[in-house]
Amino acid sequence: MYELFKNLGDWLVSGEQWTGPDGIGHRLAEHLQYSLLATLVAAAIALPLGLLIGHTGRGAFLAINLASFGRALPTVGLVVLVFLASGLSMWPVYVALVALAVPAIVTNTYAGMNAVDPDVKDAARGQGMRWHQVLFQVELPLALPLIMTGLRLALIQVVATATIAAYVSFGGLGRYVFDGLAQRDLVQVLGGAVLVAVVAVVLDLALSGLQRVLFRHRPA
Amino acid sequence: MTIDWSWIGDHTDDLTTLTFSHLQAALSAVLFGLLISLPLAVVAHRIRPLRGLLLGLSNVLFTIPSIAVFVLLLPVSGLTRTTTVIGLTIYTLVVLLRNTVEGLDSVPAKTKEAAKAMGTRPLRALLTVELPLALPVIMAGVRIATVMSISLVSVATYIGDGGLGQLFTDGFQRNFPTPVIVGVVLTLLLALVADALLVAVQYVLTPWTRRRA
Repeated sequence: MYELFKNLGDWLVSGEQWTGPDGIGHRLAEHLQYSLLATLVAAAIALPLGLLIGHTGRGAFLAINLASFGRALPTVGLVVLVFLASGLSMWPVYVALVALAVPAIVTNTYAGMNAVDPDVKDAARGQGMRWHQVLFQVELPLALPLIMTGLRLALIQVVATATIAAYVSFGGLGRYVFDGLAQRDLVQVLGGAVLVAVVAVVLDLALSGLQRVLFRHRPA
Repeated sequence: MTIDWSWIGDHTDDLTTLTFSHLQAALSAVLFGLLISLPLAVVAHRIRPLRGLLLGLSNVLFTIPSIAVFVLLLPVSGLTRTTTVIGLTIYTLVVLLRNTVEGLDSVPAKTKEAAKAMGTRPLRALLTVELPLALPVIMAGVRIATVMSISLVSVATYIGDGGLGQLFTDGFQRNFPTPVIVGVVLTLLLALVADALLVAVQYVLTPWTRRRA
């Protein structure tokens, strides 16, 4: 056990491990690229949807069931399915990651919009605000903390799951996990897993820090 | 992408075995998750300073990727079902712990005072008053944890287990979509049925919530 952790430490800090196309630096950049792009695409789909459902109050049933369906959908199965349908391309990775992130963002956005005090919306309308003014100047700012929570949750899950890109022969930190599993090299597997966990935790902390700085004028 | 229906017919036995193995892994995880989080939740509910610590800790565990959890457990429990169940249990803890604490919080103070005034001992009050009243919120957590576990079992296919997840590896390696489609559909069905059963269990266990309807 001790030996293993010592080797793991050596693996993580050795210079040659960090450079080159197989190096941690490059794999980390790939991993971040998959994760951030997928989360952005998911946000572009899910935010308008969540805002619309929250603003109109219609389709709440859809939002709740979408979340439940999203939780039940096995990501590995989805990746393989899209891979078999599309061949060697980035599609399986992005489809699976976006499908994972959309429900978390939609439901939290909806929950945030739904929690806005109806009296506040009434007052805004009573002052003669148009629907888009109510939406963007009243509801959206009030719902923002919960929306951010949804985005954070989605990003963590996507970072954790982007490991799967390596399963369909792409890069990212999952490369170490799958190559290590194939080569029975436990140190490499653990190294990859630790790096993914660290990236997820660091990104989450960074986002929650950003959230605190952006909304410090407001009670939590 | 076409479905080879005859493959399904030829493999009904395998599919049944995998489905049960899948279900067994997910349900054991939820069960162990409950056994761990119930006492922890009571502690977190009673002792304020421990509350933030326990909930924070379970949140950090949740940020670790599932594949990483399975892999990190390899030196401890190897390529076994135990690894699968431990990994899944860790994931259920976040939801179960948070919901159980929130459920206990939601019990009205007056009800607890009434139980005390009637001379009910603390342990008895916990078991016969607080936990039953917290049940709807706890069950909401159990439902989420169950559906999540059922979906996550397939990740354990990377460490040689994974129930229906094995169909994904099989289909991937042979470039054959049928097992993959069947695996996805069966996983979704399993989650749907388990969720519906839990709703029924909750309905039976909480007769007092029905009158409102």
